[in-house]
Amino acid sequence: MRVRPGRVPSWCMRTLIAVCFIAVPALAGVLPPDRADMLYHRYQGGGITVQGPSILVQKKIGDHLSIGANYYEDMISSASIDVLLSASPYREKRTQKSVSAEYLHGKTTYSAGFINSVEPDYKANTSYYSVSQDMFGDLTTVTMSYRRGWDQIFRDIKQNGFIVNDPTFHQRADHRVYGVSLSQILTRNLISTFDYELSTDQGYLASPYRQIRYLDPDNPVGYTLANQIYPGTRTSDAFSVELKYYVPYRAALTGKYRYFTDSWGIVAHTVQVDYVQPIRHHWTLDGNIRYYRQGAASFYSDLFPYAGYSNYMARDRELAAFHSITLGVEASYAFSIPHLTWIQKSTATLRFDRMMITYLDYRDALFSKFDPGAIRAGAEPLYSLDASVFQAYVSLWF
Amino acid sequence: MRTVSLVLAAALLASITACAPVEPWVKPYEREHLADAIMALNRNPVSSTYLDHVFESREGARGATGGVGGGCGCN
Repeated sequence: MRVRPGRVPSWCMRTLIAVCFIAVPALAGVLPPDRADMLYHRYQGGGITVQGPSILVQKKIGDHLSIGANYYEDMISSASIDVLLSASPYREKRTQKSVSAEYLHGKTTYSAGFINSVEPDYKANTSYYSVSQDMFGDLTTVTMSYRRGWDQIFRDIKQNGFIVNDPTFHQRADHRVYGVSLSQILTRNLISTFDYELSTDQGYLASPYRQIRYLDPDNPVGYTLANQIYPGTRTSDAFSVELKYYVPYRAALTGKYRYFTDSWGIVAHTVQVDYVQPIRHHWTLDGNIRYYRQGAASFYSDLFPYAGYSNYMARDRELAAFHSITLGVEASYAFSIPHLTWIQKSTATLRFDRMMITYLDYRDALFSKFDPGAIRAGAEPLYSLDASVFQAYVSLWF
Repeated sequence: MRTVSLVLAAALLASITACAPVEPWVKPYEREHLADAIMALNRNPVSSTYLDHVFESREGARGATGGVGGGCGCN
């Protein structure tokens, strides 16, 4: 399809070139396509089931403005190891609504959005803004972004048989995220993306339900539970690089690496490889593998030696040292809908991910809780978690 | 004196080159492969945003994924 210099492209070539510009959303000054997605998601693992719908609609208004809206729901049923150790199994619902707008002016795209998330014991509002500029013959796109979040944290208690917010507990947390990214076309088959995000948090950053445990010879189970004490601030840096390569027989191969570090002492590495293979006109298959590894936060311990051991103490699994492997497969089928000529393209997609987490310093404390005579505190087997993530969704382009 | 003139001439030439516009090494009509739908940086936003949330809720690391989320959902 290469056009020699000095030769005027035919009308069909000009059309193709125009389509090329339109279809590279992340790399050229164009708005996202008009699109609607209806998704059902289900996560199951570690005694937790989370499922619900997500509906995303994006629509252009004129040539310069695009708006979007998303409704997302989590129906949570939890009897996780944390819940069984120090609380009771529960059910709750989280709903998230968001709106966004993108305005295109020349080679500059301005974006803004707002997200509202509500669950019985956690309310969060987030606003975000970004500006993207195409340059160097549209080979390079630079984006700068800012995000601000305001959270309100409550704690549920059981009162007269009903679950209500604890009137004595109401905390807040503020979040700020500064980002810069660079997308670069390297060759006619290779795109690269560099992302950097600096996040700062301030306020109540712990989970009000989870607890630490410390050695206590006077307790029959060998330990006693106590409230976690988190720092009131957190600052983190995340840097990622992504390379996406067009394989000549029409497939896409993507490699991604992310480095993360924060003021709590966590250092994490994420490596991901993704392969997309279209088959004939209707099918697109996708397979990917993701490896994640992190070190523990400096104030994390599975079992503290005594009460008041240090200023900050946590036993959240998310702050422990662990590694995980996630394998994902996806199949998408493109089909046409008779009589609905305004729909240009439609696809149905099934996706399944298997997540396998191995904790390196987080033990299954239920062993000593339920059988203290056989297993002493601190000698329980390490905890591991296998989870299945299922998604089914229909996408319409119009 | 001749050496100084040569250095000045070289510096002038270098400054002229630095001001020249960058010539795109991949022409617009050579972006057919990059424009293929399978090469989109975020092919399925509704799905990738959800998966980012699944990972972020269970890991200490966050950010630089291109997604935006809100709330806790961390049970």
